[in-house]
Amino acid sequence: MVERLARGPASVSELAQPLAMSLSAVVQHLAILEASGLVRSEKIGRVRTCRIEPAALNMAEEWIAQRRADWERRFDQLGDYLASLPEVSTRQE
Amino acid sequence: MSNRSVTHSTFVIERRFDASPARVFNAFADPQAKARWFSGPPEWGPDISEMDFRVGGRETNRGGAPGGPVHSFDATYQDIVPNERIVFTYDMHLDDVRISVSLTTIELTPDAGGTRLKFTEQGAFLDAFDKPALREEGTKGLLDALEASLKPDH
Repeated sequence: MVERLARGPASVSELAQPLAMSLSAVVQHLAILEASGLVRSEKIGRVRTCRIEPAALNMAEEWIAQRRADWERRFDQLGDYLASLPEVSTRQE
Repeated sequence: MSNRSVTHSTFVIERRFDASPARVFNAFADPQAKARWFSGPPEWGPDISEMDFRVGGRETNRGGAPGGPVHSFDATYQDIVPNERIVFTYDMHLDDVRISVSLTTIELTPDAGGTRLKFTEQGAFLDAFDKPALREEGTKGLLDALEASLKPDH
């Protein structure tokens, strides 16, 4: 959905169309995106048009990508460390 | 330049380890065990770290690439249930700039002789988005994550 919005503003039904999601699920997902500041929407007549907040996307993406990568790397190292421990009473593969 | 902003975000990482919950918990609780894996990338050289693993206890960890900014991790343990759960808050500094304040929850569940680990981080990320050093870190982080995802054992 964020990917679609990155290409330009879209109505809720345009967003729902290519997705295997019910309209209410799409509306719920949009509410989360709006609450996170990633997406803004405005209702004109009966059509709600959504657009991305480009600054927010870059900032949030940057942060999540960096911090997540830090932890993923640590957990890779944790896995290596755990695998290096001698077996005691745990099952051996 | 005054450019204040806060972004709130949450992410979750789930892993399974072929080790008992007690062993995984010990890897967080024992300073020597933790030092084996909770460190920067190899090119960073040794970290400086201290930890006091009890509710209200603090942990600090500093490191960084030679010539680059110093990354400082300062945590306070908020909740500890042996072999099951660890909750801590932490902030991150790049040199003397605070870039984020986070609440982290680690949940351990027994899983067929191993352990399922669920890591949830809820954070407020502060101001420093356009610092070139941070941008570079972010890009490098993406490449690291890509490399990690290509490892055959995941």
